[in-house]
Amino acid sequence: MEKTERRRRRAFVSTGDCVACGCCVKVCPLGAIAVVKGIAARVDEGRCVGCGKCAKECPATVIEIREVGA
Amino acid sequence: MKKHWYDYLWVLSLTYLILGFFNILFAWLGLLCFFIPLLIAIIGGNKGYCNRYCGRGQLFALVGGRFGLSRRKDVPRWLKSKAFRYGFLIFFFAMFFQMLWTTFLVFSGAQDLRQVVTLLWTFRLPWHWAYSGGVTPWVAQFAFGFYSVMLTSTVLGFLTMILFKPRSWCVYCPMGTMTQLICKARNREKTEV
Repeated sequence: MEKTERRRRRAFVSTGDCVACGCCVKVCPLGAIAVVKGIAARVDEGRCVGCGKCAKECPATVIEIREVGA
Repeated sequence: MKKHWYDYLWVLSLTYLILGFFNILFAWLGLLCFFIPLLIAIIGGNKGYCNRYCGRGQLFALVGGRFGLSRRKDVPRWLKSKAFRYGFLIFFFAMFFQMLWTTFLVFSGAQDLRQVVTLLWTFRLPWHWAYSGGVTPWVAQFAFGFYSVMLTSTVLGFLTMILFKPRSWCVYCPMGTMTQLICKARNREKTEV
């Protein structure tokens, strides 16, 4: 039987362009994103399931959902 | 998601704008929106104000998001560029200091009180009904000037809310840019992607 490769999705923040407004934090259902030290948002890789709510909400559009290896 | 008391601070932002329409002296309360984020950034080293307590951001999220008054389009690249954000911060503060200078001129007696609200740093709107005396002229002049700043930024925020995403104002908000700069200076270590 052929084994299908499972791929996870995860949010990635373009840190240099992040304005640290915290809009992403408010919409994340898993508490997987936080604004660290008022500089930029950071994603908790273990918690993020790549639902994309943060990317949709981000006013600066600096969050991208990418597929990562299982 | 669980709601907290600070999720309702948009009520205060809205009340502030309404009160200023009836009595301009309430404009002084707007100083809280200047000092609280600065104190949180300087003492706490974070953007707690933007992240939790900003009533204006909540108002845009409510009107643009829940009420659907936003096109939900991406902001143009130039609007989120550092050049624009820092440029707007400098421009905003130049206008702020000009307002302080006008207040000083009234304080020193070199200029009479002007009972107008200046929208977008250009359009002088009559606002005389909101002031009936009772304080020294410079106190009223500052109130008219400060309310102009607050109304202008709200109008700009609403325009970008309609055109782009609900909280597009957060991208170029001068207070947000300044507190982020303070946080960067306080916490020099870089965050990882």
